[in-house]
Amino acid sequence: MGAEFVQFSLTPILIGIFSAIACALPGNFLILRRQALIGDAISHVVLPGIVVAFLVTGVVAAVPMLLGAAGAAILAVILIEAVKRLGNIEPGAAMGVVFTTMFAAGVLILEQTDTSNVHLDVEHALMGNLESLIWFRAEGWHSLLDPVALASLPDELIRIALVCALVAALTRIFWRWLKIATFDEGFAQALGIPARALGFGLVVMAAVAAVAAFDAVGSIIVIAMFICPPAAARLMTNQLEHQIGWSVAFATLSAILGYVFAGYGPLWLGAQNAVSAAGMIAAVSGVILGLACLFGPHRNRIGAARDAA
Amino acid sequence: MIQSHLTRGWPPAIAATQGRTERPAELPGDAPLAVRGLTVSYGEKPAVFSLDATFPAASMSAIIGPNGAGKSTLLKAAIGVIPRLSGEVYVFAQPLEKARARIAYVPQRASVDWDFPTTVMDVVQMGLYRKVGLLGRLSGAMNARAQDCLDRVGMADFAHRQIGQLSGGQQQRVFLARALAQDAHLFLLDEPFAGVDAATERAIIDVLKILKAEGKAVVAVHHDLSTVRDYFDHVFLINVRRIAEGPVATTFTTENLQATYGGRLAATHLDELSMASGAR
Amino acid sequence: MNAFLQALFLQAGYNAALVAIGAGLLGFAAGSSGTFMFLRKRALFSDAVAHATLPGVGIAFILMVSLGGDGRSLPGLLAGSALSAWIGLLLIEWISRRTRLAEDAAIGAVLGVFFGIGIVLLTVVQSMSAGRQAGLEGFLLGSTAGMLFQDAVVIAIGGSLAVLVTWLMRRPMTLVAFDSDYAAAMGYNVRRIDLLMMSLVMAVTVIGLKLVGLILIVAMLIIPAVTARFWTERSSRVIWIAGAVGAAAGYLGAALSASAPALPTGPIIVLVAAGIFVVSLLFAPVRGVLAAVIRHRRFQARVHRRQGLLALAAQHPIREAYTLRLLAREGLARPDGVPTETGRAQAAKIARDERRWDVAREIHQDAGLTGRYDGLTPIEEVFTADEIAEFDRRLGPPVALGGA
Repeated sequence: MGAEFVQFSLTPILIGIFSAIACALPGNFLILRRQALIGDAISHVVLPGIVVAFLVTGVVAAVPMLLGAAGAAILAVILIEAVKRLGNIEPGAAMGVVFTTMFAAGVLILEQTDTSNVHLDVEHALMGNLESLIWFRAEGWHSLLDPVALASLPDELIRIALVCALVAALTRIFWRWLKIATFDEGFAQALGIPARALGFGLVVMAAVAAVAAFDAVGSIIVIAMFICPPAAARLMTNQLEHQIGWSVAFATLSAILGYVFAGYGPLWLGAQNAVSAAGMIAAVSGVILGLACLFGPHRNRIGAARDAA
Repeated sequence: MIQSHLTRGWPPAIAATQGRTERPAELPGDAPLAVRGLTVSYGEKPAVFSLDATFPAASMSAIIGPNGAGKSTLLKAAIGVIPRLSGEVYVFAQPLEKARARIAYVPQRASVDWDFPTTVMDVVQMGLYRKVGLLGRLSGAMNARAQDCLDRVGMADFAHRQIGQLSGGQQQRVFLARALAQDAHLFLLDEPFAGVDAATERAIIDVLKILKAEGKAVVAVHHDLSTVRDYFDHVFLINVRRIAEGPVATTFTTENLQATYGGRLAATHLDELSMASGAR
Repeated sequence: MNAFLQALFLQAGYNAALVAIGAGLLGFAAGSSGTFMFLRKRALFSDAVAHATLPGVGIAFILMVSLGGDGRSLPGLLAGSALSAWIGLLLIEWISRRTRLAEDAAIGAVLGVFFGIGIVLLTVVQSMSAGRQAGLEGFLLGSTAGMLFQDAVVIAIGGSLAVLVTWLMRRPMTLVAFDSDYAAAMGYNVRRIDLLMMSLVMAVTVIGLKLVGLILIVAMLIIPAVTARFWTERSSRVIWIAGAVGAAAGYLGAALSASAPALPTGPIIVLVAAGIFVVSLLFAPVRGVLAAVIRHRRFQARVHRRQGLLALAAQHPIREAYTLRLLAREGLARPDGVPTETGRAQAAKIARDERRWDVAREIHQDAGLTGRYDGLTPIEEVFTADEIAEFDRRLGPPVALGGA
């Protein structure tokens, strides 16, 4: 746990934790609103977003790619809503139509453009490369106090930390509105709360979290982060405030354990190479959800005690 | 509102064909709730058509009509939960948006997911959200108020119960307590007695009668014709259009009910009705 | 263009022809079996099934190599993917039945976690000496480049089998998709038929893996079904139209892809399907957007015209600007709201019809007729001329509004 850890493992672990938390927070509400799969749709359209951003700007830079991904996510949400309303189609099918089409367009454009010489390829976008986000200049724990070393922290870390803070702040500020509009939309509207705009805002927030997380954990695995920690948390408690706490804890645990197992697990088993950390984080979150399904105190649909009915 | 001059010199002969559906010409005054020309449509079929309705203060009004006649639609459109195709809504003579703070709304119990992870007290506190805003602290006085509202519906002991563990009647009482916490002057209730036990129905009606005594207006979608005379002062009979409205004593008549329900009002209903009215 | 025509008429080589036929068959099977999932409101189930195939591909490869075989054998990989998709299906069912989590959360969880495990296994495969050229990434997005003859045969045979099963089982599956309670009452084993539907979807997914890839195969299961829904209200037709849309997308897409380099098969097939979808969404005769917009505008005008005339009849001011504009435009009232001759005549007619309805409700016990009142339907469409004459006869002096 010395210099090597700080240099190679600290930043990936932190990025993993921030990504997981940024996705889990809106995930709590998406699950309760039966919109869990909007995370699925958003994460698939990240790829066409970054491809188009690359086409337009011609450079592989973080900011335009993030903007492109965010734009694609918002476009997808609007298109899904349009298909749903205009065609009178159920939400799941509308999502399926929109995100697969956008994804296909993204892959096609990617194949048509010569991007082989730049570091932009499908697998990266799909799988992420958490392992490569190391802190080059770090020489040990003391580097945390060294401004020169701190300046060379990976951009991804700064970005996901800011997004995570933003998501947390927005969740806190709109807490009451989110809670009431999720529980009883009609009552929220009667109070004058813009419930529809709020629902859209929630999806946009999820999209921002997904986009910021994708270059660390990959766009598909983001889905697991949206759903698994909050779903497991739901089975642990019957109080929304506590559910949020559990989901953050599960997200953190998945990130840490996933990274450690991916990096050191194969070595323990006698293999040579590490495996995908992002994939392992998703797998660990799945194991946590599985355990919650089996042993969570509030796993059953009807409350344990239905006395005094 | 715009033109008072336009009716000049145009023969009132048509008025001879006016019956129940005649519109009150004047604007709603300061009635707690009035709608004018309200049309709401799901797809191509109007659920309510060109409705005028006025609900009086310090009284309990029932909205009555057969299934699919637009009772809940009227209520939801009046409070802006569903969009209207045309028409205007006045709450205490003000447009809806300016008067929201004076309205309390009790949705249908079945409209929410009772598996939501929250407690009874949390739900009641939602009635205070308008007052405390997004980040304001719920003061001790407000918590006491929420507890008091639970007390008034007989649910004081359930404050920390998970809402999924409540019976149907208890759920309805919690919703009423939430509306009480809103400290409103107009109470709109969507089928408050649907699927609740007799004790709850009694408890709810007692609370509503106290509200009336305090001068508040209560408007409820109701479908049990046998209790109308016991519970309400004012009725609004609806079947897509307004059939009749007025005090129970003069408006809740067999003829008007026949007109509202058409052939759908089975003889048994009418029997029940005459028994209920004969019992007094 | 020439190359496209060649491919279209199966002249672009034996492999390309087989792929095009296979893609067409697969498209048909995907479109028709996807319809059952769509009608059962489980469209994204297929998404989870597709993503859940990935770990199976990885495990099958590792197993086959460690047993000393060729890891790339398509039947072996497909068997592995079918097995893991099946496990994923069972898990979704188990989670949504046994816990309080909703089905969408279960679908998303299985999808994300299985894909994550799949990615982990792919990194394991890549670190194996045999895995470097395994080309398993091709299963993510599909690739027909370097497809072996026997792979094309597998796709063509699998596609035909799926079409055959769909055709044989179309009646019970339609019944369950539309009304599972009724199907149960008829004595069908709903659970077993549900399982059959899902197996069919799984089979299509597995066959399509190599061709379109696991991320895009879901498009072939969803888009044709949604598209077909625009063209008909009849269940049996939805299935065949969806099949036809899927087949057209598959065949045209494969031909297009074969006609030029850098046109990957999977995305092209999906985009062809999406193109058909967009055209249907906009221009389908009844359910299309254009038709709906025109209908809605007409409907809105009808409502406002009628309300305006009622206001004229009752000598009330018209408060809404749109109503006033509409009446003025149609010559029923002057822009200041004073009715014209025609306006007065029509207002009188409408007011009289309202009165007739009142009478109808009093004397007619048939709720099926009086229940058709919605403020817009002309009374002549509901009652016969004789009946209306009878109402007119009864129209006495006005009845006072009760107590108001």
